[in-house]
Amino acid sequence: MRKGTSTRNIGIGIAVVAVFFLLPAFLPRFYVYLISLMLVYGLLATSLNIVLGYGGVFQFHHCVFYGVGAYATALFLTKTGVPFILSFLAGAVAAAVLSFLMGIITVRLSKLYFGMLQISLGSLVWAIVYRWYSFTGGDDGIHGIPVPEIISSYNGSYYFTLAVTLICLFLIYKIIKSPFGSALQGIRDNPVRSGMIGINVKRHLLVALVIAGFFGGVAGSLFVVVDKTVFPDMLFWTLSLEVFIMCLIGGWFSFFGPMVGAAIVIALRTFVSGYTVYWALVYGIVMVFVIFFLPNGILGFLEQRAKPADEKKLIEKG
Amino acid sequence: MAVNRANLEVEKGEIVAVIGPNGAGKTTLFNLITGILKPDEGRVFFKGEDITGLSPHNVCRKGISRSFQVVNVFERLSVFENVRIAVLSKNRMCWNFITPSAKLLGDETERILSSVGLADKKDSACSDLSHGDRKVLEIAVALGASPEFLILDEPTAGMAPEETDRCIELIRNLSDTLGLTILFCEHDMGLVFSISDRIMVMARGSTLVQGTCEEVRRNQAVQDAYLGGDDYDVS
Repeated sequence: MRKGTSTRNIGIGIAVVAVFFLLPAFLPRFYVYLISLMLVYGLLATSLNIVLGYGGVFQFHHCVFYGVGAYATALFLTKTGVPFILSFLAGAVAAAVLSFLMGIITVRLSKLYFGMLQISLGSLVWAIVYRWYSFTGGDDGIHGIPVPEIISSYNGSYYFTLAVTLICLFLIYKIIKSPFGSALQGIRDNPVRSGMIGINVKRHLLVALVIAGFFGGVAGSLFVVVDKTVFPDMLFWTLSLEVFIMCLIGGWFSFFGPMVGAAIVIALRTFVSGYTVYWALVYGIVMVFVIFFLPNGILGFLEQRAKPADEKKLIEKG
Repeated sequence: MAVNRANLEVEKGEIVAVIGPNGAGKTTLFNLITGILKPDEGRVFFKGEDITGLSPHNVCRKGISRSFQVVNVFERLSVFENVRIAVLSKNRMCWNFITPSAKLLGDETERILSSVGLADKKDSACSDLSHGDRKVLEIAVALGASPEFLILDEPTAGMAPEETDRCIELIRNLSDTLGLTILFCEHDMGLVFSISDRIMVMARGSTLVQGTCEEVRRNQAVQDAYLGGDDYDVS
């Protein structure tokens, strides 16, 4: 049975990737840009979910790593002659280092206290970026960031984003399924017990935070490629809240839940705000419905429904 | 102060019970041994080594593992995954980021599950298990760390009579076949006197007496403080 479902899943995966690959041939530019954004935010939400859904950590201010990744890449590209690929990686590394430094302090606390401290420290980083005009451009941000020609067009940046997102998702998936990921899920369910079976809980969580920060940084650098701008709002806490909500709407116990959540939130933001300035109201109503009726998120709900169907098929096959 | 002037000695291969009224400090004593709490005074020695104040994961790596009074497992994972985490940790594989867990240590996990009689339920979500099975899973997770010294905090609490019998069988088996040293606390006096080599009696955080079943049964202080009460039938 397992073999059957796994070949089916691989089939679905290939089909989805093929559709994404062919999309630019059919869609107008605006939609290609929109899907690039969905991929970027999807990767960001998935990186948060490493520690949120799989680690049980209330990382309330994840966007700091996104913003710092984006700023690091942007600053390297505008102020130095470092090749693009190194500038791109510098974003992820800077985010991972920041995550390590913040993690050393925050990992001592748990649950809500962790979240509060994380918001405070993250807001400090935001304030620095916002105020340091001579270096970061303050609230003007940085515009017209030079990106290599081959990936600067709409389609070029789309394919680059798609490739990087796929690679990152694959790596995150491997990490979640590895013993490291198993132990992380153990810590999520029961930190005391995890310690009692020999897992160094704090160190394990710290490493998970660094990994989440790293991939958050990659998402930030991708945004630079897609949008060619950075601005301080990228690390303001309201965006973190939005990314947190993406995980909840899509399903924080499903691997692709955050991707789905990101697509939904971006679509709502883009299309509903075209009709009304009160788009946040629609967003709020969707949120209320999801929390009431789909506590495991949209994908979590679909997965639950799919399971009994599989078992039914098995019985029919006898 | 929950525990004060408590003495406990456990010899290799023994089954030792800690008894005492509710609030006597039995669980606190276990928490002190396993590093969940740090003592203000006093020392804990294991195989001649001072392990006082070590953090729980280091205590576990010395070879001490425990189960909890209230079932304390990994709720979102299956029975099999619950035990496998402990086995992975024991084999120091928790820093492996590459190999899928599903390909690792399946046999060892399977062996532990069948030794406690949960093999046929290995794919169940642990929230679907009966209370008795959950208490057994609780022990199985502790066994996953392959300890030399196993601490069981009220292993049969809340179990139906036939489940209790199964649990007694299991504890005997662990001692006989694996040669585990077992320390447990329990309110079921029948169970305590039937499987313990020695018993330690606690009251208000202190040790009243530690000795063989016979010595404890005859001890006047114990009679007065505990066994003489109407709640317990020693016969």
